[in-house]
Amino acid sequence: MSRILEGLLYSESHEWVKTDGGIATVGITDFAQKSMGNIVYVDMPEEDDEVSQDEEFGAVESVKAASDLYSPVSGVVVGRNSALDDEPGLLNSDPYANWIIKVRMTDPSETGNLMDAAAYTAFLEKQA
Amino acid sequence: METLKKTCLYDSHVALGAQMSPFGGFVMPISYTDIVREHNAVRQHCGMFDVSHMGEILVSGPDATDFVGRIFTNDVSDLQPGKILYGMMLYPEGGVVDDLLVYRMSVPDTYMLVVNAANTGKDLGWILSAAEGWDVTVEDLSESYGQIALQGPESERVAAGVFGADFSGLAFYTFTETLFDGEKVIVSRTGYTGEDGFEFYSTPEATRKIWAALLAAGVPPCGLGCRDTLRFEVGLPLYGHELGPDISPLEAGLGMFVKTQGHDFIGKAAFEALKESGPERRLVGIELADKAIPRAGYPVEADGTVIGEVTTGYNSISTGKSVCMAFVRRPYSAEGTQVGIRIRKKVFPGTVCKKRFYGKKYHITK
Repeated sequence: MSRILEGLLYSESHEWVKTDGGIATVGITDFAQKSMGNIVYVDMPEEDDEVSQDEEFGAVESVKAASDLYSPVSGVVVGRNSALDDEPGLLNSDPYANWIIKVRMTDPSETGNLMDAAAYTAFLEKQA
Repeated sequence: METLKKTCLYDSHVALGAQMSPFGGFVMPISYTDIVREHNAVRQHCGMFDVSHMGEILVSGPDATDFVGRIFTNDVSDLQPGKILYGMMLYPEGGVVDDLLVYRMSVPDTYMLVVNAANTGKDLGWILSAAEGWDVTVEDLSESYGQIALQGPESERVAAGVFGADFSGLAFYTFTETLFDGEKVIVSRTGYTGEDGFEFYSTPEATRKIWAALLAAGVPPCGLGCRDTLRFEVGLPLYGHELGPDISPLEAGLGMFVKTQGHDFIGKAAFEALKESGPERRLVGIELADKAIPRAGYPVEADGTVIGEVTTGYNSISTGKSVCMAFVRRPYSAEGTQVGIRIRKKVFPGTVCKKRFYGKKYHITK
């Protein structure tokens, strides 16, 4: 069973979002890290890069495969978690404590398209 | 669509909770726990693989030696019973039909050809058409043989315990025929991981018994996922990636397995012509500065143009470096050349190097 945290928002491509004012912190869910297996590289954008909702902003790579990351919100990257450069496996050990990017949202209303914990739980059950 | 075949160990894989996936026409275990753990087990201790999907084709008859010599790039004319050679079958145009092992059996005029699972049908057709006019019998024994690979530095000790036999005198690329629980087994000191180890060929029933005995001895089952990371690190080719119908052994760096002296074989003229002119591209290694992973099909670039393509790439589990094998056009194929690999939107800098990223540790005896 995958861990799902209350208070976060979720995308269908298994990213989580935590909003604080106009800043969205983005990571991947426990379900995502489990399906990937050992994560060996995280391809992240640079600060000041622009990201758009539902568009690719990077990738997470396991031994066997690369999985694209899709941004759950639109905006400008204001932080990248450089700890993942040296220790990408942090995403396996705790995917919710280890975020990937922080985005200054240009349209905070977009978060209305995302799922809450209950909806994401139901979404995962439907996938199974 | 062709239905996927199951090996004689399929039920065990499912019982062990393996992640199963199609490979070479079979449903095969990709991993049982995780690829990194299984990879490290083989490098540090030992692990076992179900490789029953491999094809076994028996060629026998009065013309067998001459005929195998005609279709195989390596020279079997001096091959003694109990010895094995690696080589390829070529098309007349010089591309590779398949890469394979040839076993000279103790029965006179008999050779066992071990071929890639995905190519077994194609190879059989190729061999049968080439056999016209030769006094040989060609039999596909793939269904009659199961095969287990036991690989890693502790393989000799584990095999001794399970078989109750001493294999320390069995040198790399030789084999012996023995019994396990009363059933015949070919014990071959070969493998596809760069480590010491054995491959056991036997009936499906005996294969299940050997597998169970190895499991009971504590040998971890390992999937095709780490079989690929292991073979890749030591620069061994995989048909469909580093070898194929449009690839010459010269381009793939396998010229040493093609013997042209006093040996005529299908594809020889094309091989010699290419050797004379020098191939336009070569299989090289590339080491990236970053940890991004170059994967099969990604373009290799230099001076603003595409100069090659990745065939296999990983973040090497044994070394931690992101490396790949790639076909690269000359002059960029020279060691030390700075190139770039396009990975998604970015181009990552890399350096052309030897395509062996980790040292082999075979059991060589006199």
